[in-house]
Amino acid sequence: MPQHCYHCGVDCDDSILWNDKVFCCAGCKLVYQLLDENGLCQYYDLTDMPGMTAKGHFVSDKYNYLDNEAIQEQLIQFKVGDQAHVVFYLPQIHCVSCVWLLENLHKINPGIIQSQTHFEKKEIKVVYQPSLISLKELVQLLAFVGYAPVIHLGGHDWLKKKKVNKKQLFKIGIAGFCFSNIMMLSFPEYLSNNAIELGNLRVFFIYINLLLSLPVLFYSASGFFISAYTGLRQKWLNIDAPIALAIAVTFSRSVYEILTQTGAGYLDSMSGIVFFMLIGRWFQDKSYDSFAFDRDYTSFFPLGVTVLQEGNEISKPLSELKKGERVLIKSDEMIPADSILISNVALVDYSFVSGENAPIEVMKGALVYAGGIQKGRAIQLEVVKPVGQSYITELWNSPLLKSEKNAEKSFVHPWSQYFTIILFTIAISSGIYWSIYDTSKIMPSVTAVLIVACPCSLLLTVTFTYGNVLRWLGKSKFYCKNASVIEAIDKIDTIVFDKTGTLTNHTETTLAYEGVPLSNNEMLAIKSITKESLHPLSQLIAQFYFSKVEGIVEVNKIENFIGKGTKADSSEFEVLIGSVSFLASNHIYINQQHEGSVVCLAINKQFKGVYKVNHTYRTGIAAVAASFKNRGYQLHLLSGDHPTEKNNLIQILGTDVTLLFEQSPADKLNYIQQLQSQGRKVMMVGDGLNDAGALQKSNVGIAVTDQSHLFTPASDAILAGEQISGLDALINYAKKAKLIIIFIFSLSIIYNIVGMYFATSAQLSPMVAAILMPISSISIVALSALLSFLYSSTIRSKN
Amino acid sequence: MGVIVLLIIVSVVVAGGFLIAFLWSVKTGQMEDDYTPSVRILFDTEVKSTANRTIAKKEVNLVNHLPK
Repeated sequence: MPQHCYHCGVDCDDSILWNDKVFCCAGCKLVYQLLDENGLCQYYDLTDMPGMTAKGHFVSDKYNYLDNEAIQEQLIQFKVGDQAHVVFYLPQIHCVSCVWLLENLHKINPGIIQSQTHFEKKEIKVVYQPSLISLKELVQLLAFVGYAPVIHLGGHDWLKKKKVNKKQLFKIGIAGFCFSNIMMLSFPEYLSNNAIELGNLRVFFIYINLLLSLPVLFYSASGFFISAYTGLRQKWLNIDAPIALAIAVTFSRSVYEILTQTGAGYLDSMSGIVFFMLIGRWFQDKSYDSFAFDRDYTSFFPLGVTVLQEGNEISKPLSELKKGERVLIKSDEMIPADSILISNVALVDYSFVSGENAPIEVMKGALVYAGGIQKGRAIQLEVVKPVGQSYITELWNSPLLKSEKNAEKSFVHPWSQYFTIILFTIAISSGIYWSIYDTSKIMPSVTAVLIVACPCSLLLTVTFTYGNVLRWLGKSKFYCKNASVIEAIDKIDTIVFDKTGTLTNHTETTLAYEGVPLSNNEMLAIKSITKESLHPLSQLIAQFYFSKVEGIVEVNKIENFIGKGTKADSSEFEVLIGSVSFLASNHIYINQQHEGSVVCLAINKQFKGVYKVNHTYRTGIAAVAASFKNRGYQLHLLSGDHPTEKNNLIQILGTDVTLLFEQSPADKLNYIQQLQSQGRKVMMVGDGLNDAGALQKSNVGIAVTDQSHLFTPASDAILAGEQISGLDALINYAKKAKLIIIFIFSLSIIYNIVGMYFATSAQLSPMVAAILMPISSISIVALSALLSFLYSSTIRSKN
Repeated sequence: MGVIVLLIIVSVVVAGGFLIAFLWSVKTGQMEDDYTPSVRILFDTEVKSTANRTIAKKEVNLVNHLPK
């Protein structure tokens, strides 16, 4: 009967039991025991199987660098006496149980005074006593219960961002307050001048209005004036310029009318417009706080390294690592700089750097590259290049990346320029007309034109539509950095895919056996032997036979040769599993050539066959490719891997797709550059560090990620791996944004024409303005929401 | 009519109170996380859970001491 781990919900058998509960591994059991001892089992009541799987190795000295004072200083927010505050980013936070456990950490360790989670940002703020629990111990505790923090140094950018956000909210709040009060106090004015005899009260109302409009003009609307001013200084008429002009004109005319006692002015319309436009901006700019779009290589690398100095292990910040130093890299740690291997053998997984599938065996004295992950036992390296000059990190210094991205101006800006030109033409001609017939109406009509026809409807349309589209895309797990990404998507005509991790799934690997069919007993022996080794490939083979044969046989003797293979005797067989060279060293020679990464098997000195490791392709790739081609996109594939998969890929993508293999990160970057120089607008879909250059160079870089967006290189958008089958629909939806904007904007022109009629005939009463303004604003907002909702049906059905 | 002046001033002051409340809530970060507090309030407090446990223990003890 299939069972689920009580802690993490992974399928497992009942070999590990505790308190009548089944666990998939010793790690999960340990976490349960710790929580049980501290009376924290409510964790399991709030959500079913809430835990993070503790499978894999928990390296306790992974966080040794946190003992370093310099690193601590950067992480700890502030420290008073024996109290320190620190904030960690925990991408694993996903449910009520997480919040509950993390806020009850003080029950596990008395050194923790208080911990507070921030669900939206996936952050935890911990107040602790450094004398009772060190920063390292705190991080280890978090990692132990399944919430290993992602630690960045020197990055408190989010603090700045927060302040900007708050300021925007202040402005909206004040504008809203003033707008609603002015509107209320203007009410008598709307009901015509003589209906109610208000006398002095009317003057009182008007002056209160004037007072209330001051904070709107000088505080809430300040952003528009500043932006217009900086635009004009660069001799560029941006969309904020006509808006600032309209606000200024409305205010001056209102003040003039109030002082000369000729009217009440248009202060209600002015503050209303400012209020709506601020909301629009805020709506569009609401970003995904828990995502980081601007990571460079430093976010991928460890913060500290273990350096060997005269036989002692010392942790050091990565930035202080120098050429010639010896470093110790433990299992599953990343190689921080290009180095020479001092230990005998290493098994390095370069999938992150090059996109190659299988770990590579490296011999003593050979060069290992930064970004690789050591898969075997701990190794010693001697650094030959500083971190910043390593093969992979050099990409960031490439001159190709220096150019500003998305420097193209939004299509809205030229529109606003035409708009301004037309506006001035109308205002001037209306002025000329009245100078002939009635000179007293020149100023009223000219100012009224500028008041009514402010391009705020254009701004509102754009901000609300982009805001809505961004939100719907986000619900489909396609997170764009900002609104300009949507405009950039619209221009794309070429799409470049990466293979490993993008079209294939990093986390799912399949094994295929090719060779002489094996008997049941043989399979049982192999299962029992491979189960004993921690090597990932060995574990994969054990998994492969898990469902095929029942039980386990006794294994007499197992010898593991690190980085080579396993030699073992069961009661019946002598089994050799390992690389081609490993079998050769045992005098078993293989005649056939095998492509890709293989593990060879020999039983009783007879070669039996090979296991092939393949990453599985994500589902729906073929349909997506076909759909893109139908729409006229040119498709390319750049892979860092060997061309073993070429035939498979041709079957999936079709023959008319350019396939390039064994591409280095620099090759990919150059390829994008080459396409762009042919005038193509390129979208790059990739993951990993090997695509980082290409993602940055492309017009739209989309990073694909599988696990809680831990590792995504700098990009314009982040896409969840399972959503790649809906990429065509998502891109298509993003393109609809422009259509929606054009439609709503043409509608708002009708409002403008109506307003213009009143304005040019010098009949614009405050009431007409007060009716036109909210009707146009609210109908634009509602229509934008409705249209973006209707079009999103295609992407919602995919969910 | 004079009372209208007073009422208007009162109404603006009351509305201003709400504005200040809003600005304060933004400043203290109450607008940033709209999920965690809603969950946090539903967690049982420590006192309650330990109290439950002691009661449960007492019941067990009583059962043990009952004459058979």
